[in-house]
Amino acid sequence: MAATARTRRASGDSQRGAKPTDPWAGIMRGMEGSRSDLVPVLQRTQAAFGYLSPDSVRRIARRLRLSESEVFGVATFYSQFRFTPPGRHRLRVCLGTACHVKGGVQMLETLERRLEIRPGETTADGEYDLERVMCLGCCALAPVVTLDEAAYAQMSVLKLQGILDERDHA
Amino acid sequence: MSATTLERRRRRAAARWRRLQESPRPVIYVGAGSCGLAAGAGVLLEGVSDYLEERGVDAEIVRVGCIGPCYLEPLLDVQLPDRSRLSYANMTPELAAKTLDALFAGEVPKRHLVGHLGDGEYGGDANGVPRFADHPMLARQVRIALRNCGIIDPEEVDHYLARGGYRAIARCLDMPWRDLIDLVRRSGLRGRGGAGFPTWQKWTFCRETESDERYLICNADEGDPGAFMNRSLIEGDPHAVLEGMLIAAYAIGASHGYVYIRAEYPLAIRRLRSAMAAMSKLGLLGEGVLGSSFSFDITIKEGAGAFVCGEETALMASIEGRRGMPRTRPPFPAVSGLWGKPTIINNVETLATLPAIVANGPDWYAGFGTASSKGTKAFSLVGKVRRTGLIEVPFGTTLRTVIYDIGGGLAKDFKAVQTGGPSGGCLGEEFLDTPIDYENLAAAGSIMGSGGLIVIDRDTCVVDTARYFLSFTQTESCGKCVPCRVGTRHLVGILDSICEGKGELADLDRLERLARVVKSSALCGLGQTAPNPVLSALKYFRGEFVEHIQDKRCRAAVCRDLVEYRIIPGRCTGCQRCVQVCPTGAITGPRAEVHNLDPDKCIKCRSCYEVCRFDAIAGDAIVIESGGRHAD
Repeated sequence: MAATARTRRASGDSQRGAKPTDPWAGIMRGMEGSRSDLVPVLQRTQAAFGYLSPDSVRRIARRLRLSESEVFGVATFYSQFRFTPPGRHRLRVCLGTACHVKGGVQMLETLERRLEIRPGETTADGEYDLERVMCLGCCALAPVVTLDEAAYAQMSVLKLQGILDERDHA
Repeated sequence: MSATTLERRRRRAAARWRRLQESPRPVIYVGAGSCGLAAGAGVLLEGVSDYLEERGVDAEIVRVGCIGPCYLEPLLDVQLPDRSRLSYANMTPELAAKTLDALFAGEVPKRHLVGHLGDGEYGGDANGVPRFADHPMLARQVRIALRNCGIIDPEEVDHYLARGGYRAIARCLDMPWRDLIDLVRRSGLRGRGGAGFPTWQKWTFCRETESDERYLICNADEGDPGAFMNRSLIEGDPHAVLEGMLIAAYAIGASHGYVYIRAEYPLAIRRLRSAMAAMSKLGLLGEGVLGSSFSFDITIKEGAGAFVCGEETALMASIEGRRGMPRTRPPFPAVSGLWGKPTIINNVETLATLPAIVANGPDWYAGFGTASSKGTKAFSLVGKVRRTGLIEVPFGTTLRTVIYDIGGGLAKDFKAVQTGGPSGGCLGEEFLDTPIDYENLAAAGSIMGSGGLIVIDRDTCVVDTARYFLSFTQTESCGKCVPCRVGTRHLVGILDSICEGKGELADLDRLERLARVVKSSALCGLGQTAPNPVLSALKYFRGEFVEHIQDKRCRAAVCRDLVEYRIIPGRCTGCQRCVQVCPTGAITGPRAEVHNLDPDKCIKCRSCYEVCRFDAIAGDAIVIESGGRHAD
């Protein structure tokens, strides 16, 4: 009975050939299903879906034969992982040492005031994520704020306001 | 590919490299490390290729890594036929176009020119072009680990081969492992990750432990805020690190290696992957490296963002797929590490240095440095120095040489230098003439650490800086042991209250006592070194703590609860720019009259200060002051 069900599902997969492939196939590709695959699998899952949903955690636990609480325990340990859907754009404020002494905190506060969110949160309209990061490794350009892939160097409160104003009007 | 075939390939690579140096076409090099890209190297690259296309110039563009002087980024090097490379700083597409126009017309524009990269005089005539190597930021450097950074295209294995790459591993493979470890012993190389443990000794422990499997891990989990040596090195010369891994693996008898690298370093990861693909093609990875009986594979493991994973046992827990928490030692990883097997964890810089040591001999390397600390060390020089960037100097160089000769000094008065990042200490003026080595820094209450040097001036508050580092380690504490989990939290709490002007003098003794308890009882290096910033600040800058407590004054005008924003009537022209930017309506006043700032409404966001400074008609009418002194 079980065997039949499996066969049917397999043939069903092949009929759907043209449809987008199951992201889980990509996530598990090359993995041995051992414990040491856990962090890479979590990273790929977040890359594919943008965050780790309870459903994703459940699936990963099953595939790697771990308990859900163990998967969740590892995922929450590392700051890279998020458990809510991300916003459309990602704002990151560097608070590394060089940025700290050159006013990084003021950049963060400006954004908190303006977007009305705290670091780690997403704006109500889903437009921006706000994150604080410890050192992006371009200390000579401090203070640094990044918006998605773009890095803005030697920021000031006013320059930052200007960048957001421009985006709001666009 | 055997060693002989590799030599043949090297000769071809060397010919290719020479053809590039002697190219009949102009060659343009752009520093495209992460820092260069952040400074605008990407836009510059596009601009330059558009320029070449528009003018129909037949030229070659080479992307190189970071050569070090970050403050000059983006850098554009132009090599005209029969001439050496000319280096131009702070280039934009417009400036680049102007510079190239002039160069192609036979002139050598002096604006933005840093120097030329050749030996002797530029183009053989005395037209006053300085040598890049004589630039004050470079003149005192000895670049061994960073030997190829900014010179070669990191994605071209031929460039690495042409500069003698992979010759060292070929030599090692003809050597019994004992001889190799002895060679490293004679070089005096110590671990560059921070603790400075002799590399050969660690290797010996590992090699002499009976086991069917041993592992080598390259620790590239560079988490210190303000340190970017490893990133720059991997981005600029990935093969040096990978060849170092081959050498270390051969010495300890490992057949599998890992690079544990921060996921925040995507470009470095990409460069490693492309370098590993090139190695496989050359028979430098996998079964029978260069036709020998030594086999080696490398897996890249991306860190998921936890500072504590720079600690050896936490790093291994993370690779094994667990929470990255450290464990007690012994057993040391060299005896029982990854999955219980003997494991060596070496830092990126240690590994990148190995090929140079093997190629030039241990005596050559030991010729640099001091009696106890041999060789050179890379530092990221940041903060309030004029010339920021990545440097490499021999041990024994004084902090004064690094900060003033290489870093160009400060615009304002020097206050202190923080070595070793959040695990290190804050050293004042009396240490400027201290030669940098492991022992001297430890004796001063700091550590070498991975090599971050953060210079602070009189506008930086040492109490706030200590609080900053403590709150960093507190946030990054994994929570396993009580001294670190609870101790750091209380240290931050006391520092917070001092910065808020709510401290009492007895707090200073409490801080000191608690700091000592945490230092002596925490489980791992993170907790054991976390109190260093506060202990050193208390030792050398106690007066500033007392001022915060007794006078409610922060002499650097940094601690927010102790500063006030004030409008200086004589300077205010009533231009209303500050009224417009104030988010809380704290500033009022009609046009052309001196404005009024209501301290009760002011949230100290800095907007008015900046706008007055940079945009207003008179400027500098708004000051931030504490106890009568304001930052200028």
